Formats: sequence, structure tokens, C-alpha cells
Amino acid sequence: MAQKDELGRWGEGIAAEFLEDGGYSVIQRNWRSPLGEIDIVAIKDGCTAFVEVKTRSSTRYGHPFEAISTHKLARLRRLAQSWCRQQDPHPDRIRIDAIAVVGTPGNVPKVEHLMGVF
Amino acid sequence: MSVARTRSIALNGLDGYLVEVEADVSQNLPGFVIIGLPDASLAEAKERVRLAASNSGCPLTDRKLTVNLSPASVPKQGSGFDLAIAMAGLAAAGSVSAQSVRDVVHLGELRLDGRIRPLSGVLPAVVAARRAGVHTVMVPLANKSEAELVPDVRVVTVSTLREAAIWHGGKYDSCAGSVASDDGEDLTTPVSYEASEGVPAKDGGRNQTHIDADVHGDLSDVVGNSEAVEALIVAAAGSHNLMMVGPPGAGKTMLASRLVGILPDLDEEQSLESSCIQSLAGGDLGGRLRQRPPFESPHHSISSAALIGGGSSIIRPGAVARASNGVLFIDEVPEMSSAVLDALRQPIESGQVVIQRARATAVFPARFQLVIAANPCPCGNYGVGGAECTCPPAARRRYLGKVSGPIRDRIDIHLAVNRITSAQLRIADDTPRMTTQDARLRVATARNRAADRLSDTPWNTNAQVPGTWLRDRPQRLDLAATDIADRALERGLITMRGYDRVLRLSWTLCDLSGADRPQREHVSQALYLRRGA
Repeated sequence: MAQKDELGRWGEGIAAEFLEDGGYSVIQRNWRSPLGEIDIVAIKDGCTAFVEVKTRSSTRYGHPFEAISTHKLARLRRLAQSWCRQQDPHPDRIRIDAIAVVGTPGNVPKVEHLMGVF
Repeated sequence: MSVARTRSIALNGLDGYLVEVEADVSQNLPGFVIIGLPDASLAEAKERVRLAASNSGCPLTDRKLTVNLSPASVPKQGSGFDLAIAMAGLAAAGSVSAQSVRDVVHLGELRLDGRIRPLSGVLPAVVAARRAGVHTVMVPLANKSEAELVPDVRVVTVSTLREAAIWHGGKYDSCAGSVASDDGEDLTTPVSYEASEGVPAKDGGRNQTHIDADVHGDLSDVVGNSEAVEALIVAAAGSHNLMMVGPPGAGKTMLASRLVGILPDLDEEQSLESSCIQSLAGGDLGGRLRQRPPFESPHHSISSAALIGGGSSIIRPGAVARASNGVLFIDEVPEMSSAVLDALRQPIESGQVVIQRARATAVFPARFQLVIAANPCPCGNYGVGGAECTCPPAARRRYLGKVSGPIRDRIDIHLAVNRITSAQLRIADDTPRMTTQDARLRVATARNRAADRLSDTPWNTNAQVPGTWLRDRPQRLDLAATDIADRALERGLITMRGYDRVLRLSWTLCDLSGADRPQREHVSQALYLRRGA
């Protein structure tokens, strides 16, 4: 596996832990469809959050959030829609979140969580 | 903490108004939005501000930054808001003190490395800030001397964005962490326009009186033509508009350029006004208000927008505004487009120009003294002894006819300038000639007399006084004095408006001679000057 994929995979693990610590229950990770992939689906207080996780080893090339384009968010929204169609019953409320992880495996990472970014 | 505001100044013509720059940091993906009707150069500020901030080691927030310029319905332009936007952005994120930035007016354009570029129009902007009750302004270091000309305002100068952030309580090291300092460049050196754009160097205007004499020459350079010199002094003393007609080489241009030298220094108000216009037009003030009246001599091919002022988004002052409180000289006036020349009619009458565009209306002062010069005919030889004029009469008539009646009517002194003869040249060698210094003293004395006499009226100089007032008691002159002008009026040699002009000139001549009231000799001399050409 390429180093960046490894870092991304590690970051998603960190993000999932972070969500669970915050009272979320992670119900799905790396859900794939022909449209693409949802990193994390988590639920808290009846609201389903679709979370895009971005991991960077440092902010030398910009903050991880800067790499989340509107194009990417639009795709995440379509993905969320097709995820919801497969559920029974459909979730009541949904939200699109972003989590930035800055750090490398073996160190304490910096995690930031933005809610309702789209 | 998530909303901060600061202030800046937007200029419309010479008038500036306060613009509130609000910044909000919201918990969202990184972004930078500027709202409040910015034009293209202002919308680009977001790239400049973001990069300047991160390159000077005090980066903006990594959340969404929204900047609003209010009043949001008024269009704004230019790059002078950069510093205010950066400070509001840093304060909204809590990087600098929101309390500190709130009451300060910020002016300055940012470079990508975080240094601050000087602006044009800082003087009128600071004047406007003071009028709006602002106590502290922050300006680029290179504009320091200009901003400090305005009294009762605390001027803070900064050369870099980091310096500004530290001044507002930002916790940054004073020199480390900057890209610009990495390459050994000195961050405290302001970027000056002078070096790159050929504007005269900073100390160019320091000794303006001296420079004036050099640039425009001394009155004693004029050989012979003592009548013309005398007429020039009369024009200067009463601020009368002047038209000179004469063959090529008679010295019309030479005379006109000497006129500004014999005008008295500007008073406080005029000095501030003219300096503001100069600053707005991008000129360098050299760290002092201008004391000497301006002299503008546009080429006769000038367009009306360049003469009156114009521009679509930023309305810039034209030659008329730059010549305000001084002299506007147009040489070879029949060559000028008559539509452009006639555009001067309204400013001459009202003393100001109002420029209206779709986005804004600007008012500039236009209290200039008009001096125009022309040849008597296209070949220039008409009426010259010993030379032959080759122009057909119709061409001759058409030539001077290009100066329309309404413009002629606004000119008090019509002067015929003749080539000097060898005899005059000889005589002139032995007679002492009037120097600019002496003439300026005479003019100043006469102007003071006029100002004293007119102290209870809204006017300052004789040229401004309306005819009705002059013909009214107690200013009305005795029949014995005005006899000659009355007869000229009766015979149709002058119009009623011309009669008023003769009266005005008489008062100026009387002020120059030190008499209390114009006598017969003053009136006849005035009549001669009025009809001279």
C-alpha cells in the first residue's frame, strides 16, 4: 500500500475513535458505491452524519480542510443520498461533516471536526 | 471573538467616507469571501491578504472568513482596503486585539510578502477620517509625512503586516518567521513608487518656492513688453482671466509661465485643498503642504475628460481641478476642440466641477485663473509690421472665432503681445526690469487691500465680485470717473457685461496703485485692458 493510503487509513481510524469518544456510534466505515466512497457514517441524537476524513502529516502544504473542495462535497451528498435509499427506515436527519487529522502514526494527532459543512 | 470590525476610508473625488470592515470566522471549511460591492481590484484582495498574512507569519484562520464592507450598497474600489481586511480577519480569529483594531482607520495595500505599499490620496483620506471623528489612523510608512500633515490625528506608520499585527497586540516575534526576511531583504524599507514609476524623488518638493522660480522662470527674463508685464500683474492682483493674442515668438508662453510666480502663497484652506488634489492625482507632496499655486498647461489636444476630470469607477481630477487655486494655461487655443474649450464655461462660472457617472458623483474645486494664448491668424503674421500674412480673411476670422463668445466674455483682460523691436531691446538693456519677487510683493499688497475691502462680503478677489454689487451704493463710482466707460457703453463699444468687467479691473488697478477709489485714469486703463486685443 502506498504511504499516503496508509496514512489515510490510519487517519480514518483516529477519526472514528474521536467520534466514538464524542458520543457518536459509528455504523459504517468505507462504504463504497459506483459513485465513490463514504469514509464514516455515524449517528448521534438521531442525526446521521456522513463524515469526510482528511489526513495530512503536517500543514506544510496547507490545512487538510483546504483539500475538501465543493466538488468533493457535492459527490459526498449524492453518496449520502444513495446510502439513505438502501436503509429501512430512512434516516430522519442527515448532515455532512468533515474531520481533519494532522499527524503521523505513533504521535498524538491533532483532530478537528466541522459539522454541517455543506 | 468570531466577529470583529475595523474601519477604512473610501474616496469619492475629494470626499472620503468611513467604510466599516467587518470580518466573521465561522466553523466551516476554509474559505474567504468579500461582500459589499467590491470591484475587481478589491475582490482580488482576498488572495493578496491571505498570502500576505501567511507569508508574514501571522496566517488568517483555517475556517471560513467572511468580510463585509459596509455601507454594503455603495460600490467600493481599489486596493487600499487590504490592511483593514487583514486586521479585521486577524481580530475575528482572535490573533490580534479586536478592541484595538475597532477604532483605528487602516489604509494600505499589501504585497504578497506582507509588506505594505503606499497609496495615492492618503491626505484626503486622513482629512476625511479626522472629519469623521477618528483619532488614530494606520498608514503605510512611505505615506507617513503626507498623513502627518493633518493636525489632531494620531498617525501610526507600519511597513509590514506583521508590524501592524504586533501593534494591535498580536503575539508574534518581531522579525522571525517571514519568507521575505529569509532572502535577506530589509522588511522595514517601504516599497516606493518613486523609484519604479518615475515620479520625482521624495525631496523634490521640499523647497518649492525655489523650484517654482527655476521651473517657471523669473519675470525679469521678459525683455521689453513692459505693458504685457503690467497687464500680467493686474491679472494676478485681481485674479482676472487673461487672453493673449500675438504672433509666434512674441513671448506669450513666456509671460504665461511667469504668472504663477507672481501669485501670492496659498492660504491655509487653499493649501490643504490643492495638496489633497495633488495627492489624489498621484503626485508626491514631499512631506509638506503645497504653498505655491499650481500651474497647469495642458496640450491643446486634451480631451474633455482629461480637462474636466472623469473615469468610470474611480473618478479622477482633471486639469481644471489640478489648476484650482492656481493658473490654467492653454496655449494655441484656436487649435483646441471648441467643444472641449466650451466645457470650461461652467467651471469658470461656478468655481467647481461636478462629474456624474453611473456609479457615483464627484465634486472637485475649479477656482482657477484662466490664461489662454493664440496667434492672430493661422500663419501667425497678421498685424506684424514687415511680415506678410498669407491667410484669406475668412480663415483669419474663423481662426480666432474658435474661441466662442461665451468664453471671451469670461475673460477680463485681452492683451495684444507684440514682437519686440531692436530699439526696445536696446532700451530694455538700460532700464531695470521687474523681478518676480518685486511683482509678487505688489500683487500681495493689492490683494490684501482688496481682501480688506471685501471682508464683509463672500468674495476675496476683484474678479469674483458681481457687477450689480459694484454698481450699487456705496461702491458706485462718480460720473467723473466712469465717464469714459459710460461713453463706450453708449456707443456700443462694450456691452453691459463688459462694463462690469471694466469696473472690476478698475478696482484692481486702484488697489495696485494704492488709491482709495478708482479714478478716471484707472477706468480708462481698465477699458484699454478690456479691449486691448
